[in-house]
Amino acid sequence: MSEQTAVEAPVVARRRWTVRRRLHRLDAKAAPYLYISPFFILFATFGLFPLGYTAYVAMTDRTLLDPTWNFIGLDNFTALIHDSYFWNALENTLGIFLIATIPQLLFALFLAHVLNTKLRARTFFRMFVLLPQVTSLVAVALIFTQLFSHDYGLINYVLSQFGIHKIDWEAGRLSSWVAISVMVTWRWAGYNALIYLAAMQGIPDELYEAAAIDGAKPWRQFRYVTIPLLRPTIIFTVIVSTIGGLQLFTEPYLFEPSAQGSTGGSARQYQTVVMYLYEKAFAGTQFDFGYAAAIGWALFLLIAVISLINFLIVRRIRSAEA
Amino acid sequence: MKTFLKTPRRRVTSLAAAVIVLGLCATAVVASTASGGSQATITLRVGLFGDFGYHDLYKKYEASHPNIDIKEDVQSYPDHHSNLAKHLAVGSGADDIESIEVGFIANFKSQPSNFVNMNKLGVKKLKNQWLDWKWRQSVAPNGAQIGLGTDVGSLAICYRRDLFKKAGLPTSRTAVSKLWRTWQAYVATGKRFQKHAPKGVSFFDSGSNVYNAMIGQLNPAYYNAKGKVIVGSNPKVKAAYALTMKAIQAHESAGLAAFSNEWNTGYKKATFATVTCPAWMMGYIQGQAPKSKGKWDIAAVPGGGGNWGGSFLTVPKQSSHPKEAYDLAKFLTSPASEAYIFKQTGNLPSQPRLLKSKAVLGFKNPFFNNAPVGKIFGTSALELKPQILGPHQGDIQTASTNAIQRVEQKKQSPAKSWKQFLKDVKAVA
Repeated sequence: MSEQTAVEAPVVARRRWTVRRRLHRLDAKAAPYLYISPFFILFATFGLFPLGYTAYVAMTDRTLLDPTWNFIGLDNFTALIHDSYFWNALENTLGIFLIATIPQLLFALFLAHVLNTKLRARTFFRMFVLLPQVTSLVAVALIFTQLFSHDYGLINYVLSQFGIHKIDWEAGRLSSWVAISVMVTWRWAGYNALIYLAAMQGIPDELYEAAAIDGAKPWRQFRYVTIPLLRPTIIFTVIVSTIGGLQLFTEPYLFEPSAQGSTGGSARQYQTVVMYLYEKAFAGTQFDFGYAAAIGWALFLLIAVISLINFLIVRRIRSAEA
Repeated sequence: MKTFLKTPRRRVTSLAAAVIVLGLCATAVVASTASGGSQATITLRVGLFGDFGYHDLYKKYEASHPNIDIKEDVQSYPDHHSNLAKHLAVGSGADDIESIEVGFIANFKSQPSNFVNMNKLGVKKLKNQWLDWKWRQSVAPNGAQIGLGTDVGSLAICYRRDLFKKAGLPTSRTAVSKLWRTWQAYVATGKRFQKHAPKGVSFFDSGSNVYNAMIGQLNPAYYNAKGKVIVGSNPKVKAAYALTMKAIQAHESAGLAAFSNEWNTGYKKATFATVTCPAWMMGYIQGQAPKSKGKWDIAAVPGGGGNWGGSFLTVPKQSSHPKEAYDLAKFLTSPASEAYIFKQTGNLPSQPRLLKSKAVLGFKNPFFNNAPVGKIFGTSALELKPQILGPHQGDIQTASTNAIQRVEQKKQSPAKSWKQFLKDVKAVA
């Protein structure tokens, strides 16, 4: 510190003060963005960039092994529209989705209702239904695949005790869908039940009391009080299940007896869209990245459309309520 | 400041030391005693699918090369090859040595720039070590040699003596070999077997295994010399398919998908009497059904020699120690090593001098009723006419397996399934 600075000190101080004030204002304005930025940075890196890059790859004839590739425009998408195996995979995906989701959500609703009554050891049961959720997906798929095995599976053994002929679960189209749906249901029913349970606990007791005074039996209370008030929650679970269901991969992939090729059975009877993508990109000898990227984008668009429909339905219901 | 820094640093070094010690214990490196030397330790990673029987050889190599530390990564057959393709595509992540199976070699060698050209490291001097066709299978279109041959899968038929006896068929391997000089005779034998077979026992495991054995004996099979796919126009492929269909319709097939859980259980419960046996299958059977020791025997394959399987060791260009990796690959495929592996696992050497050697020819396998497996497989390998392979060999095989399974599962007629097979082939190759 010399004399010079001592003379200029007030000026510096004022300048410092304005800098500080500016910083302060910037802090107030920018900090919120800064705080939420990690999400957006991560999303941009692992969500947005791959999305864009995949769109680019989908318009090339890139294969994994070949370092050179050409831009081919929308050729991959044109081929996809005429690809009967893609439509087959889509049909399988939607079929499994319907079989897996509708009974699952009904069951979850029932389960939540039971858990909401005055049971003994309620917390234990509530934790218990979440157990399948924390089980490794691969373990679930492998064990269920053994249960559904043709010659030595437990399910066929039990059926044979009732005189029912052995079912080749993996070979049939509908039977394989059912087997895969059981895996999905087993894993997700408890999770959805807990979501319903949380929503049920938000319903005021007065409504039930009023209904009871009006003479409504438990079933009518459930039907006319619980369900209408759960509607937003039900829609939420439907949307989440839709997105999950359309991306189904691990269960059917591991269900395949000798996971070579990822074709989803000898007649592609349970090949889902993601399995088809995997077949094109990684499972075979083609390593056809461009085409697989096109499948990925088609799936993305499909999910977007279905989510949009869901959204419109939600808005309709909301406005109907208002 | 100093005291503040010191503790963590010390902690880090001790942690690192602990990790190193653990690593050394895990791999049982003998070389750690020689660590007084100034050379830095090089870690070589070897990427395999399944057990190649290399563990003892690693120890031996590490003992004579104190600066080398070997680690092995084992994955399943499909995962290994698809991950290798990924790692080559992104330019990192591949091991120093990567094994490639014969079904994939044509595909990977179409991009030789991904691999070290072993010609530049002097491999040509060793050319005569290998069977000529094995050597040529890993030569890239531009002339680069990208791999060293490990084993070959020359063919035989493994059969259950006890089941043959129950069905009233001869049990000695010479008599059984005489039963099926041709595949037609094999299918006819199946008919005989099925008449008196124990309940729930089929003549063979799966139609696709029989079909693949027939295909393995053809040349050309799926590709012609110009590299064109000829699946639909090759009458011999169609004939192999038709004969397989005939056998399936005579209820000779257990209809099990090869390498599935049910197939593995089939070995344990003896639900099929014969199985197509490439040399490497011996190890597989021993692993699946160790209790069936002595009940199996091995007979000659119908229709003469043939090949199914066998691998190569390659060095990806991205390896940071290509020279050392090449030396190790050379060691692992040396005559001494291949002879040793044959005795351990049954994987048949790909080297003619070995195949004619006493060590191989005189080798009998006690698990298979002391069958002279060295002689059976060695002769078959030397007789073998190599097949022209194409880049999508593996996908065509998957499509054919699906086609045969559709008939076994009674989902389609043979004719309809064949049509779909041809359509599938068109889509993949």
